[in-house]
Amino acid sequence: MSSADIIRSAPVAACRPWPRYMVPTDQWLMLAPEDVSLHAFWADTAAVYALFTSGAGQILLASTAVRDGDYPALSPRFASAILPERMVQDLWGHRAMGGVDPRPWLDHGRWSVTHPLAPRHGPATGATEYAFRAIEDLMQIPVGPVLGHPAEPVHFRIHAAGEVAASVEARLGYAHKGTLLLMRGKSPRTAARFAARLSADATVAHSVAFARAAEAAMDIEPPPRAVMLRGVMAEAERIATHLGDLVAACGELPHLCGRLGWHREQVLRSAQVAFGHRMMMDCVVPGGLAGDILPEGATALRMVADGLAAELPNLVQGLGTLGAGIGIVPPASLEALVPVGLVARAAGCSVDARQNPGYPPYPAATPPTLPGADAAARLRLRLHEITISLDLLRDWLGSLPTGPVSQTLPNTGGEGIAVAESPRGAVWHWLRLDGGLIASAFAADPSWRLWPMQEAASAGALLADLTLIDRSFACARSGVDL
Amino acid sequence: MKPVAETMPDPAAEGVAALSARLDAAAQTRLGRSLALFHVPTGGCGGCERELVALEGVVYDLERFGLRFVTSPRRADVLLATGPLTANLQEALAQSYAAMAEPKWVVAIGDCAVDGGVFKGSYAVHGGVGVAVPVDLLVRGCPPPPMEILSGLLSLLAANGPRQVRPRRRLE
Repeated sequence: MSSADIIRSAPVAACRPWPRYMVPTDQWLMLAPEDVSLHAFWADTAAVYALFTSGAGQILLASTAVRDGDYPALSPRFASAILPERMVQDLWGHRAMGGVDPRPWLDHGRWSVTHPLAPRHGPATGATEYAFRAIEDLMQIPVGPVLGHPAEPVHFRIHAAGEVAASVEARLGYAHKGTLLLMRGKSPRTAARFAARLSADATVAHSVAFARAAEAAMDIEPPPRAVMLRGVMAEAERIATHLGDLVAACGELPHLCGRLGWHREQVLRSAQVAFGHRMMMDCVVPGGLAGDILPEGATALRMVADGLAAELPNLVQGLGTLGAGIGIVPPASLEALVPVGLVARAAGCSVDARQNPGYPPYPAATPPTLPGADAAARLRLRLHEITISLDLLRDWLGSLPTGPVSQTLPNTGGEGIAVAESPRGAVWHWLRLDGGLIASAFAADPSWRLWPMQEAASAGALLADLTLIDRSFACARSGVDL
Repeated sequence: MKPVAETMPDPAAEGVAALSARLDAAAQTRLGRSLALFHVPTGGCGGCERELVALEGVVYDLERFGLRFVTSPRRADVLLATGPLTANLQEALAQSYAAMAEPKWVVAIGDCAVDGGVFKGSYAVHGGVGVAVPVDLLVRGCPPPPMEILSGLLSLLAANGPRQVRPRRRLE
C-alpha cells in the first residue's frame, strides 16, 4: 500500500478545508517518501501532526497519537522532519522514537520551565553546552548571535579547511518568545497580534495564513473587499521584503544598494499612507481587515509602484552576475527537504502556494522560475517577482469590490488549516478552537526547510562567500524560533 | 542633484534632559561628536532590526551625524537592543554590555525592548532589556519608524555636546 493510501484509509477528524487523517501508530511507521512529501510537522498535547502532499499534489493532513510521551519518528525517512521533531521534543516533551537527531533545538536550558506546552511543565534544567557536529582537525569559526550590525540572531559554526567552509551549521532558538503558549486561550482576534509578530518581514503573510485558518475553523468567509486588500498588502510586503533582502545582499554594489533601499523606503511609506503601518502589522485580522484602505492609499501605492516599475530594468542590469555559481543548492538536498518558495523557484521548481493549492484573490498563473539554484538566481528572481507583484497590486487597486472589510466572528469550535505564500515561501497555520478560543495553534514558516538547504548550499563554499549565500537565502530567524 | 537623505529630525526633548544629567564634562570631551553603535538582538520579530538597517541607507544616512555601527562591543559607546529580552539571549546581552568601556549607554528600541511588549509574561522572555542592563533611553513603537529611532539617537549626541547637532558638510 502506498503512503498516500495508508493516510487516506485512516479514520477522519473534522478539519477544514482539508480533513485530518488519524493514522494508527503501526501504519505511521510505514509512511515513506516514495509517494508523499512532508511539508510541516508539529504537535499538540495529545498527538503529532504532519502535513504531506501526495505525488499528485493532494494535501494530506495526518496525525498520530502520542503514547506515554512517545511517537514513531519520521526523520529517518523524511529530512524535513529533523528540525521539527527536535522542536516538538523541546516544547511538548514528545519523544521521537528512532529520531535521527536527539539534540535540543529551541530549548537552550534557559527557560523558567521545560516542555512549556505540555499539560505538566518540567523544572528548569540550566544552560548546557550545545554539541555542534564535530569535524576533527578543522578550525572552527563561531559567528553570531551578536554581530554589532543590525541583524536577527543566529549562530553559525563554520568548520574551515583553509579558505573553504567544509561545513556550516546554523543554531537558532535565540529569539524564542513562547509565542504558541501566549496564543493559547485567546480569541483569534487577540491571538492575531502574535501571528503578526512571528516574523516582521512576513507579517502580512503570517497574518493572512492565521486569519484564513481561523476562518476555516469557524467556517466563515471574509468579505470580498477584504480578500482583495489582503492581496494588495501581501504583494506590497513581498516587494518591500524582496527589496530589503536585496539591499542586504548587495553591499558590494553601493549605488544599487542605495537605489534598492530608496525604493523599499517608498513602498513602506506608501503602506503607511494606505494602511496606517509601514509593515502593515495587525492590519489583517480573522474575519477580514482591521480597517479599510485609507483615502489617499491607492494613489500613494500606485505612484510608488509606477516609479519602481520604471526603474526595474536598471536594477536588473545593476545586479549583473552577483552571486553567480556560489551557494548552489544540491538537487538531492532540495528534493529531500521538499522544494519551497523562492529558493526552489530559483532552482527551477515551479512551487508557489498562491497557485498550488491556491487561494483568493490570486488568478491562475505559472510561477516564474530560474535555473541555476545559485545565489545569483535567487537575487535575480527577487527582482523578477517584484515585477509580477507590481502588476497584481496595480490590477487589484483598480478593481476593488465595494462593501465591508470585516465580519463578526462566531464563538464556535473547530479545526482549520491554511496557507499563504510569504516572500520566502509557503507559511502554514493550523489551529483548533474551543468555544471561540484557541486551544492549540502552530505556525510553520518555510524556513524550517530552508535552513537545512542553506547549510547544504554553504558546504564547500569559500569563507568569503558565506555572507552573500546567507543573504541570498534570507531565512527567517524569529519565524522559526517561535 | 538633490540628495535623497531626509532632513534632520529634532532630538527627542525628554531624552536630552535625561541624558544631560548623566553626562559629565569629561565624557563630553572624550567622546566629541561621534558615537559608535553596537546592536544586540534581544529576540525581536525582525521589525525593529529592519528599521535599524534602514537607518544605514541613503534615506536616513546615519553616518552623516557621526553615528556608525561597529562590530565589537569594545569599540562601542551605545548598545542598541531590539526585542523583549528572551532568556536565550540574556547572556549575550550581558556579555556585550560588560565588554563595553565606560562611558556607555543603552538604548531600548521598540515596545518589546522597553517592557516586553506583547510578549510580557512569557516563560521565555524577561520583559524588557532593563531587567539585565541599565537603560538610558527608550524609543517606543512597534516597530518605531526610523525617524523616531534617529531622533532618539540624536538626543544622545545633543546631550553629549554643547554645539548644535548639524549634519557634516557634504562634498559637492
